[in-house]
Amino acid sequence: MARAITVMVNGEKHQQEVEPRLLLVHYLREVLALTGTHIGCDTSQCGACTVFFNGAAVKSCTMFAVQADGGDVLTVEGLATNGELHPIQEGFWEEHGLQCGFCTPGMIMSSYQLLKDNPDPSEEQIRHAIDGNLCRCTGYQHIVNAVASAARKRKA
Amino acid sequence: MAISRMVGARIKRREDPRLITGAATYVDDIKLYDMQYMALLRSVHAHAKITRIDVSKALVAPGVVAVITGEEVRRAAAPLPTAGGVEGLKVPDHDSMPVDKVCHLGQPVAAVIARDRYAARDALDLIEVDYEPLPVVVDVEKAMEPGSPLVHEQFGSNIAYTWLVEGGDLEQAFKDAHVVVKQRMTNQRLIPNPMETRGVVAQYDRGPGNLTVWSSTQVPHILRSSLATILGLAENKVRVVAPEVGGGFGCKLNIYAEEVIAAVAAMRVGKPVKWVEERSESFLATTHGRDQVAYCEAAVAKDGTILGLRMKLIGDLGAFHQLFTPAVPTFSGLMSTGVYKIANLRSEVVGVFTNKTPVDAYRGAGRPEATYYVERIVDIVADELGLDPVDVRRRNFIPPGAFPYTTASGLTYDSGDYELALKRALEMAGYQKFKDEQVKAREAGRYVGIGVSTYTEICGIGPSAALPAAGWESGTVRVESSGKVTVLTGSSPHGQGQETSFAQMAADELGVPIDDIVVLHGDTAVVATGVGTFGSRNMAVGGAALMMCLVKVKDKATRLAAHMMEALPDDMVYSEGRLYVKGHADKAMTIQEVAAAAYRAVGLPPEMEPGMEATSFFEPSNFTFPFGTHIAMVEIDPETGDITIQRYIAVDDCGRPINPLLIDGQVQGGIAQGIGQALYEEAVYDDQGQLLSGSLLDYALPTAAMVPTYELDRTETPTPVNPMGAKGVGEAGTIGASAAVVNAAVDALSHLGVRHVDKPLKSEKLLRVIQ
Repeated sequence: MARAITVMVNGEKHQQEVEPRLLLVHYLREVLALTGTHIGCDTSQCGACTVFFNGAAVKSCTMFAVQADGGDVLTVEGLATNGELHPIQEGFWEEHGLQCGFCTPGMIMSSYQLLKDNPDPSEEQIRHAIDGNLCRCTGYQHIVNAVASAARKRKA
Repeated sequence: MAISRMVGARIKRREDPRLITGAATYVDDIKLYDMQYMALLRSVHAHAKITRIDVSKALVAPGVVAVITGEEVRRAAAPLPTAGGVEGLKVPDHDSMPVDKVCHLGQPVAAVIARDRYAARDALDLIEVDYEPLPVVVDVEKAMEPGSPLVHEQFGSNIAYTWLVEGGDLEQAFKDAHVVVKQRMTNQRLIPNPMETRGVVAQYDRGPGNLTVWSSTQVPHILRSSLATILGLAENKVRVVAPEVGGGFGCKLNIYAEEVIAAVAAMRVGKPVKWVEERSESFLATTHGRDQVAYCEAAVAKDGTILGLRMKLIGDLGAFHQLFTPAVPTFSGLMSTGVYKIANLRSEVVGVFTNKTPVDAYRGAGRPEATYYVERIVDIVADELGLDPVDVRRRNFIPPGAFPYTTASGLTYDSGDYELALKRALEMAGYQKFKDEQVKAREAGRYVGIGVSTYTEICGIGPSAALPAAGWESGTVRVESSGKVTVLTGSSPHGQGQETSFAQMAADELGVPIDDIVVLHGDTAVVATGVGTFGSRNMAVGGAALMMCLVKVKDKATRLAAHMMEALPDDMVYSEGRLYVKGHADKAMTIQEVAAAAYRAVGLPPEMEPGMEATSFFEPSNFTFPFGTHIAMVEIDPETGDITIQRYIAVDDCGRPINPLLIDGQVQGGIAQGIGQALYEEAVYDDQGQLLSGSLLDYALPTAAMVPTYELDRTETPTPVNPMGAKGVGEAGTIGASAAVVNAAVDALSHLGVRHVDKPLKSEKLLRVIQ
């Protein structure tokens, strides 16, 4: 039985009828065509699907779309403003914080949460903050550098 | 090379803007009109006869358009291919979807095609399959015993092949030995786990009879030829596109059942069909890596000189040969002697079937295994003789003056200076200081250790004659009439960054702005020919093809400009994008102007064709052999067995660097995978062939908090094999790392009399060893 939901996504209001079992990540990807949010596993381990929901980073494969009803979602597509990359996106680019890019949107959204809570994180705090996001390409060093670079940029 | 401004610089990647904004298109992001979704029912047994399949309930489930079983796939498709590459190989038919028997957990036995992925998954539950379980063999050494259950009864044995390489006089070496050291070692089975699982979209256009397949693959051109053969289509009626690919590490270097089944399904239902592998499927259905047992014996002189090496390597192949399954363990055999001048060798490889997922290439494919064995043996030799492991390495190194050096296994190493990288790494590590402090630490009850790994490996794969499949690569460079430059490459990068590094090369050679260059790859309709991305071949082979094209284009531009300036080509200068007669730099034409003239095609020299384009194939004369030294420093908690890597130092030599930023990224990612094998990762099966570590919950991929900061440096020893002098760096980190970490751990426990511990060094295992 489809249910009507209203969700703010990247500042735009969306109203749809969705099946109750539709995962939030499938809603974003297949109903709204926001395919920047990726699916990397089926046990909530990899973090590729991380989005910002009502002010907190969540794994969008662990939520139903109906649970987002009335809420506010920010995805990687919504980070840049007026064509200007977000400092975290710049950090990933400048520090070579990505290779295949598949984990990157989730990494960026987890980093977004970190820098919101802690604008000046230590290396250890960065590593801890992205511990729920798996990357198989980079060995994490350049991701850590990317987040540190973004933190410096935001302070400057 | 030309004046290098771009080449050698840490240029940030041109791929990244689309990837950091969510604008890239991976397979699962593709949505075609009326596209259907495929879900696969997979075998729950590791070895069983299929006695009945009833799909009638699934067929009438909501949204289902078709259900396909093995009979239909067998009618439509030939078995999956293997490149073989080993003499006397036993090759079982490998149906994409088995008809009457499954040989490992997770083989697809039925496919549902439905209007969306939820409907397809729902209908899987309605398919009834009756199995008659057969005896299962999981342990590779038990599989070799007489009376073992047989994976393929028709062969009468599970041994798929034996392969041998010999050099020198091994018997004499063992007679001359002061001491013989022996060690059994394992390289546990790993699961590659690129963050993007595999995925396929297949579309059949009935009108012209064209099949288009988008696949998350490292080898679009090989896939195109293979699909044509398997499905009985003309090769020029098949197009394969590798869109954005989310990592591969060797496990997407293959021709997979699902690629065939999705194509069969698309042709059957007359609509596009998408299949995207779930992670838990990926654990069962995508090839695994490593899985070897090695018996190693070294004959050693009193001073630590290794006189001879006898290796018996048992490769667990799993149940079938995928593309390079048989070849991978032979790479270990070929690389048995590592960086050492060991003249006497016997290396025997036995490839064995078991009821498990097929093993195939995984980052390093045979070389990490070989490096691990020889680097552990060197440490064991040092322990036996009371020598420092670094001294034993130095005593046995192939000296820099000995290159090109032919190994006892018949490989010819192109170039190397192993001492250079070793010395730098020891300096960075403060090796002697650590050794001094280790004494005090031990007195204080702390278990600290340092491990060295000096490796070389096979890159730039490779000469066609030395491979079971073609080893060339192709490229095209086209200066458009507007002066923009299009580079086509048969390589298929998926994270390695050749859209940047190839553009750097073209920018320097042609003297055009890098932003005017586009590098295209991965689509067989755009790039006519290619081999693909594996074995660190993008730069060393694909880059060399690109250089050949650039030389040809520059030559044509020079000849045309000379004609237009009424000068001789030999009197022309081509510098930074400008062409002029020597001494007349003020009267130059730009490459853009020359290209425009080439397309305008008025007043060309009589023998000159219009256009400004060149295509080349580079066939390498040899592999390349990068090398380096990795050093790990670890501490093991005597109470818990927990191991921590305190510092990690890597000095790698991949020849001449094109983009050091990308090289650092490759090395770091490689190290993390090597550490993963050393400490965390392991595919664990029970005796019925059920995969116990079958999800990311149970299989420990390293996270950011589980790996150290890497301290990197490089030396530069160019290769003569290609014009750039670049060797390749994709596997280096993985190859260096696992031996360095295990050597460090064993060093930390050596005062307890520990000489070897098999990977992965999980806490409970180390604690047992300590106790």
